[in-house]
Amino acid sequence: MRKLKEFIIEKLILICGLASIFFVVLIFLFLLKEGLAVFKTVSPFKFLFSRSWYPISEPPQLGILPLILGSLLITAGAAIISIPIGIGCAIYIAEIAPLKVKEVLKAGIELLAAIPSVVLGFIGMVTLVPLVRTMFHLPTGLTALSGSIMLAFMAMPTIVSIAEDALYSVPKTYKEGAFALGATHWQMIWRVMLPAASGGMLAAIMLGIGRVIGETMAVMMITGNAAVIPNSILIPVRTLTATIAAEMGEAVTGSEHYFALFAIGIVLFIISFAINVTADILLHKRQ
Amino acid sequence: MIKNPYRTQNIAFFFLFLATLLIVIPVGLIVVLIIQKGLPAINWQFLFSLPRQGMRAGGIFPAIIGTIYLVAGAIIFALPIGLLAAVYLSEYAKDNLLTRIIKLAIVNLSGVPSVVYGLFGLVLFVVFFKFGASIISGSLTLGIMILPVIITTSREALESVPYSFREVSLSLGASKWQTIRHIVLPNAIPGILTGTILGLGRVAGETAPILFTVAAFYLPQLPKSIFDQVMALPYHLYVISTQVPNVDEKMRYGTALVLLALVLFMNLVTVIIRYKFRKKKKW
Repeated sequence: MRKLKEFIIEKLILICGLASIFFVVLIFLFLLKEGLAVFKTVSPFKFLFSRSWYPISEPPQLGILPLILGSLLITAGAAIISIPIGIGCAIYIAEIAPLKVKEVLKAGIELLAAIPSVVLGFIGMVTLVPLVRTMFHLPTGLTALSGSIMLAFMAMPTIVSIAEDALYSVPKTYKEGAFALGATHWQMIWRVMLPAASGGMLAAIMLGIGRVIGETMAVMMITGNAAVIPNSILIPVRTLTATIAAEMGEAVTGSEHYFALFAIGIVLFIISFAINVTADILLHKRQ
Repeated sequence: MIKNPYRTQNIAFFFLFLATLLIVIPVGLIVVLIIQKGLPAINWQFLFSLPRQGMRAGGIFPAIIGTIYLVAGAIIFALPIGLLAAVYLSEYAKDNLLTRIIKLAIVNLSGVPSVVYGLFGLVLFVVFFKFGASIISGSLTLGIMILPVIITTSREALESVPYSFREVSLSLGASKWQTIRHIVLPNAIPGILTGTILGLGRVAGETAPILFTVAAFYLPQLPKSIFDQVMALPYHLYVISTQVPNVDEKMRYGTALVLLALVLFMNLVTVIIRYKFRKKKKW
């Protein structure tokens, strides 16, 4: 009897262990099931590279190039802001800050990570958007720049915590060796720690960028949502994620528009898959 | 001129310090701003009454209740599966291809954009299982979303239980499951709790996954069953700050404050658990 009970429990544990694989596959299959239907009317090439997104015109024009470029522009902006600040902060916390300060800083970073994206979006709307508008004399502050700045803040906790882990995992003997040769603290960090932790740093950056690309609510609230090909960082743009969130409510189930939104979901899924697998390989190589 | 390495160091450290300030100061400002402007809105009526006049007056009670239902539903679903998956990875999994694939799947699950979870919940729970936009659809979607958080933190907690504990139990004739059930799990509870509460905090703040699976725009009543739609705090904040014109600014800040307080409270609880546990740790 006990043997049987144990057998059942162990099988149950195995099934739960496999649950993550099951869910990832399930998500992908359902996205494919709904999303691939759009390619009956639009070729994949046209879907990805044609320049106009007018899903409710007749016939609908379903080209997601403006959305891809919108996502890329905002992500690039956020990366430029968050990478130096995030890596710098990680080095400061891991190497320079005294123990007490370190605890406070880590709590601050955790706090930032915990703030819901809709709250950050709201704060961006009431503080950053008017600021950008008056600073650059624009008709509206809902721009790619505002989005980039806000998203940089959402990427930073990820970058800081993973980069910090990477710095901690550099063997102590490396540091001691550098100091013994007469290096200053900074020379040791610059010449020894950073190269040794570069794999983990790269993973940190990639995961931070992954977070930015997938972010939805804050982006939808502060980037202005204009589905046009961006020619400047000071105009409204629209991202892949915001398009799904903003339009799914109105799309008629089973319409081309509906399928197209799922196809955007496939694109996002593939991007996040590629980023996470690469980051995981980088982190594994280190160990 | 000879380059002075100490001056270079001072300049470099100054910039690193500056980078740190650039993160920490805005965080502080954001929290202070929300508290300062939101606090005047908080009163009994705001927290415990129904919204009126198209959300321009009244309270946010249904949204608070909705969020609590969603959090509870997500955890009822995700905790058992996540915990057992963590047990599998820490106690049973061998170092082979299958384990590698499971770990990769967890990493990917945590990286999937939240709005894609929303799409998935829409097709699977709302349409395929015909649950409609309801608490159960939303909870299940959110539950799958926080699985990776629960698995990862629980697994760390289980693995940090010293190996000698298991050896003693096994050498006394206990079976593998008895060892896990009576020795490993009890010692890992604080870590598991921490992970669970962190997951809860994340569920409470997420908006994109509930957009198409449960959240109601304006529904001034409380849900009667798990097949009802509900309002939820994050979605409510989104709605009153972008979709409804002429909402008193105080109400927006008030809603943001309630949501932030809820999430930060959960984080605070995990900090306290970690702190207490560190003091009591026997090994």
